[in-house]
Order: sequence, then structure tokens, then C-alpha cells
Amino acid sequence: MKRHLVLRVIAKLLIPPILLFALYVQFHGDFGPGGGFQAGVIFGAGFILYALIYGVENAQRVAPPDLVRVLVSLGVLIFAGVGVWDLVLGGNYLDYNVMAEDPVTGQHIGIILVELGVGITVAAVMMTIFFAFAGRER
Amino acid sequence: MELLGLYNYWIVVVLMMAGFYTVIAFDNLVKKIVGLTIFQTSVFIFYISMAKVSGGTAPILTGEPEVFSNPLPHVLILTAIVVGISTTALGLALIVRIREAYGTIEEDEIQAQDDQQ
Amino acid sequence: MISAHLPALQVVVPLIAAPLCVILRRGTWTWALALLVSWASLAISVVLLGQVLDDGPLSYAFGGWEPPWGIEYRVDVLNAYVLLIVSVVGAVVLPFARRSVLEEIPESQHSLFYASFLLCLTGLLGVTITGDAFNLFVFLEISSLSSYVLISLGRDRRALHAAFQYLILGTIGATFIVIGIGMLYMATGTLNMADLAARLPFVDESRTVLVSFAFITVGATLKLALFPLHFWLPNAYAYAPSAVTAFLAATATKVGVYILLRFFFTVYSFDFPLKAITLQGMLMPLSVIAVLVASTVAIFERNVKRMLAYSSVAQIGYMILGLSFMSVTGVTAGILHIFNHALMKGGMFLALGCIVLRLGSVELDQLRGVGRRMPLTMFAFVLGGFGLIGIPLTSGFVSKWYLILGAVEGDHWLIAVAMLFSSLLALIYVWRVVEVAYLQAPPEGAKAEEAPLSMLIPTWVLIGANVYFGIETSLSVGVAQTAAELLLDVGLGTSP
Repeated sequence: MKRHLVLRVIAKLLIPPILLFALYVQFHGDFGPGGGFQAGVIFGAGFILYALIYGVENAQRVAPPDLVRVLVSLGVLIFAGVGVWDLVLGGNYLDYNVMAEDPVTGQHIGIILVELGVGITVAAVMMTIFFAFAGRER
Repeated sequence: MELLGLYNYWIVVVLMMAGFYTVIAFDNLVKKIVGLTIFQTSVFIFYISMAKVSGGTAPILTGEPEVFSNPLPHVLILTAIVVGISTTALGLALIVRIREAYGTIEEDEIQAQDDQQ
Repeated sequence: MISAHLPALQVVVPLIAAPLCVILRRGTWTWALALLVSWASLAISVVLLGQVLDDGPLSYAFGGWEPPWGIEYRVDVLNAYVLLIVSVVGAVVLPFARRSVLEEIPESQHSLFYASFLLCLTGLLGVTITGDAFNLFVFLEISSLSSYVLISLGRDRRALHAAFQYLILGTIGATFIVIGIGMLYMATGTLNMADLAARLPFVDESRTVLVSFAFITVGATLKLALFPLHFWLPNAYAYAPSAVTAFLAATATKVGVYILLRFFFTVYSFDFPLKAITLQGMLMPLSVIAVLVASTVAIFERNVKRMLAYSSVAQIGYMILGLSFMSVTGVTAGILHIFNHALMKGGMFLALGCIVLRLGSVELDQLRGVGRRMPLTMFAFVLGGFGLIGIPLTSGFVSKWYLILGAVEGDHWLIAVAMLFSSLLALIYVWRVVEVAYLQAPPEGAKAEEAPLSMLIPTWVLIGANVYFGIETSLSVGVAQTAAELLLDVGLGTSP
């Protein structure tokens, strides 16, 4: 892709808004359409675009496979950990009501944390899938 | 007229059968995965169209009382889409490995190599 | 306090351990973690069964959302029994897995192997414990996806192809189930199984419900590999790593049978013509054919693992036959056979794992004289084989006894005769192995090499249990009977 100047420039312009939009979808999911799945896929797509244009090696310099592998697990752990935390606080598993004095605030905290976990895992899984296929020797 | 009014189910049925046929009739493993994906997609449409309430809007609370579509099937299908993606990715990964091990992705040729062993 | 949350912990503990395995990376540590977790699951399921037997069904509202709106975990006797089976097998297979996996799977993949194993356990436990129809589908796919991965880790390249075939058919089966669940939701507006059971009788004439019944039946029978939808099973079991074969053979298809039981007798608890036609007109003949045909195919199989896989198809036939009688005795026999078959088939596949470790193969020709080289392993295999035949004092006899009782009770004399004949077929295929292993001389220069204790003990735990439950039947039969009565009389919806 060295010779495709247009692609390289446009990609550089596009990737930051894509990542920003992913974060918007992630955290706006609390009040409106959005959430971890969609945000994770958009975030992952930003990385995949980078890898497509600048090569898998460069993308993996930003997101080393070992790190991505940890992130895949970390997201699930955040999700499950919120549930365990609720158990410790005396509620049922994933009962966000107990996470703050006010149940409504508790629901907000709970869903943001859980969606964060989902977002991290989905983004990392998307990258893993792409790297696994693109990095395979022919 | 009644038959046309149920057009969403016709789409579901056609997609479902097209996908199912592709899975069964083709020997190429990638085509099988394509068929499987179409088959699953038909189920997504089935759920989404069944959630539609005529005259309803998107299920976002605005404070005013209004008719909106049933959001639950949307959420269910979000999960089913994730499952579908995982299946597709795993299937393709297996195909890559099969190609490396057998040198082909045609099921009849793989079968022939298996039988020789 | 913690005892109130056991239904959630049953699934959550292995679920949390799986990503931890990926982070830990070191094979030994992940194995230790997996072992710990599987024993914790076993402890939880034992306590749950105790609670359910004492106090009746448990209900757990996820996230504090009351059923039928939220996801409910509901444990009754049937669930608790199947949970126990799955977690016992998991807890026994993992100690065995250490040596076997070291031998059969490259070091770099060990942490991923144990992570997939735990995810598979999570999925199977989740399918069993959940009281929500869609949640059942999600857990079913978790267990299936991880089992495709586990199967593809087999040494033989045919494992890849087997895993792929299983992926295609398994996904079709699960998608059929989800179509059925969608139609149930259309007809009733609920996904909670108890709520479905309460609402369905009022819409039973609707075509949507009937079609959903058909979809779920076909999907579940594909998952549990009932003849003629069993084509994925023999290859998947034959080429998967030994520990995986033992685990899946003892649990995955059993959970499929559980799904069928749950939908037939809990969700569609009311009587409608199609149900009787499906059970007595379709599943009954199919399961008899499964028993006879698969046993016959097993006789001609040269690879002992494949032979046992075909025998599994036959044994699944017994389970479905039991529930197709639609009587308490029949369903008891079916549920009992889930338990007994898990013990004996799990034990036999573990014994084969020991043989693979020492001989590197389970082709019949390679097993010459193995009875003298590995006496303990082979004796365990033979005892398990007695169970498959149904010789008295093994658990296989007990479940066959109830099955024949059920057949006679329902005036299905021909089926009773077919059952006795199938025992003869089982005798032939078990005898073929015995003959080669004991009556033929070992090849020149072969050393007597028993499998290591870490593999022998798990094998004997399952085989020993197989003999124990053949003699002391009050626990296994008692619980199965309670579960059957619950299913047929009151259903899941109403608490006692």
C-alpha cells in the first residue's frame, strides 16, 4: 500500500474520528442508541482500517497481540466482576441497584461498567480475528 | 393481498431456504459458511420484523406517550448476531487450518483424502 | 448468605475462570485453576441438589429483575440432577486431562485448551440451569462453539474436518431452536419457561406454536445426535483429544436430551395431538432404529473410539426411547440412562485415553494383548463394556431394566424384544475388543506399561461409580423418578 498516497492520507484523516465516534457510541449507550457491541466493532474497525493501509506489523506495534489477548479477557472479567461486586454488596448477580445509594444512579454505574467491559472485549476480539487471518502465512 | 401483507415472512422463508440449500448442496467449505450466514441472517430478520408494531417508532423513551416497536427482540438479535459472527469466524479459521492440512477446501476432495488413510 | 446465590455461582465461577486462564498463559497454572473451578462447580451442584431435594425448586432472579421479565435461573430436581452429572464429569476429566493434554496438544495451546474447556463447562451448566428460553440458546452456543474448538485440537488432521462438520450441523440445530423460540415468543410474548408453560395451553391451537414445536424438536435432536441426524458425532468423537472425547461424550449429548425433556414436558406441558404423534410416531421408531443400526455399525468399526461413538448414538436412542413412552417409568428410564451412560461412556473413553497415551492409537489391530500390558486400564474398559451390554450389577442393567419395564407397561412388546436383541449386538462389539485385548498375544518386544495414576484414578472413579450405581440404586433411581414424576405430573411451572 506504499504507493496509494490518497488512501494513506484519507485513512489518517478518518481513523481519529472513527475512534472518537466509537467512544461516543460507547458512552452515549447509557441514554440513547449505542452500547458496547456497536462501539467495540467501530473501534475495532478503526484499527483494522489502519492495519489494512499501513500493514499488520505497524498495527501490531500499536496493539501487540499479547496486549489484545489480555484485553479480550479483561472485558469479560469486568463484566463478570461487576456481577460479583453486586453479590458482595448484597444484591443478586448483576443487580445494579445496590451499586449506589440511589438505585437509579446504581443502574447508571452498573450499565456503564458492563458496557465498558463488553466494548473492550468486542474491540479486542475484532482485532484478534483480523490479525489471526491477516497475519497467517500463505 | 393477505399473502403480500406478510412479505417479511416471505423474505425470511426465501433467505432461509437459500442459505440452507447452499449449506447442503455445495462442497466448497467457504460457500457452506456463506450459506450458514444467510441462514442465520434470515432468523435475524424474522425476529426484527416480528418486533415491529405498525405505526410504532424506534423504542427510545422521549417522555411523551407514543407507540413504539418491541425492543426485546432487537436485544435478543444483538446477541444472536454476536453468536453468528463467532460462528463465522471460527468456521473460517477452521477452513484456513483445513486448507493448510489438506491443500484443498472442497469437501469431496477432503473426503477422498480421508478415505485413503 | 452465599447459599442463596449458588444458582448464579454455578455458572459464573467457570465463566470467570475461563478468561483468567487466557491471562495466566502458563499451562500448569491454568490446569490448576481449571481443576479448582471444576471441583468448586461439583461442590455447588451437590449442594444445589441437596437444597432442591429438601425444599423444592429454587428460583434466582438475575440482576434483581423478577421473572417473567428478567432472566430467571430455575433449579428443580431434573436440572439439579443434570448439573450434577455435568460437573461430576468435568471434575473427573480435568485431573485426567493433565497428562493426556501434555501428550496430545502443543504446549503453547494449553492455556487456550483449558479456557475452552471451562467455557464449554459454563455453557453446558448454563443450558441446564437457565429458566429462560433465549438464554438457553445463548449458553447452547457458548458450549457448542467451545466444543468445536476443543475437537479441532485433535492430533489427526481429520479432527479439523470433523470439527467443521460439527460446526455446520450444530449451528443449524441451534438456529432451528432459536427459530422455534422466536415463534413461541410471537405466540405468547414471554421467554420464561415457566411462564411459557402457563400461557401456551391458551394458544395451543395456533399454527405458530405447532411449528415452533417442530423446529425445536428437530433442532434439539440434531444437537443430541439422534439417528438419522447423528452424522457429525462419530468423527467428532473419534478425532478429538482423549480428554475432550470423554467430556463431550458424557455431557454434551446428555444436555441435548435435557433440552428435549425440558421442552417436551415443561414448556409444552399440555397435551396436543402433534406431541403424541411426534413422540410415539416419530421419535420412538427413530430411536429403536438408532439403537439397532448404530450398534450394528459399531460391530464393524475398526477404530475403537469410533466404535464407542457409534455405541453412543445407540445409547442416545435408549434415552429418547425412554421419554417417548410418555410414562413415568419410561421417562425415569431415560433420565436414569443419562446418568448411567455418562458414567460408563465417560469411563470407557478415559480408559481409551490411557491406551492412546501408551500405544498412540486405538485401532483394533494395535490393541493386541493390551489386556496383559495394561491390565487395570483394560479391566476398567471391560467393566464399562458390561454396562453397555446391560449385565446385572452394572448401572447399564438398571437403566435397561426400567426401559424394558416402560416398554412392557406401554404394551410395546416388540420394542422390549428389540432392546434385548440390542444387548446382544453390544455384547458382540464389546467382545471384539475383549478378544483382541486378552486372547491375542502382544506384539514382540512390547513392554507392560500401565497408565500413570493421574489417569487411572479418574478412569476408575467413573467405572467404579458405574458398578456402585448398578448395586446401590436408591439414589440414582430415586432422583430420576422424582424428576420424572415432576415432569409428567405438575410440570415446572407450579411449585409444590
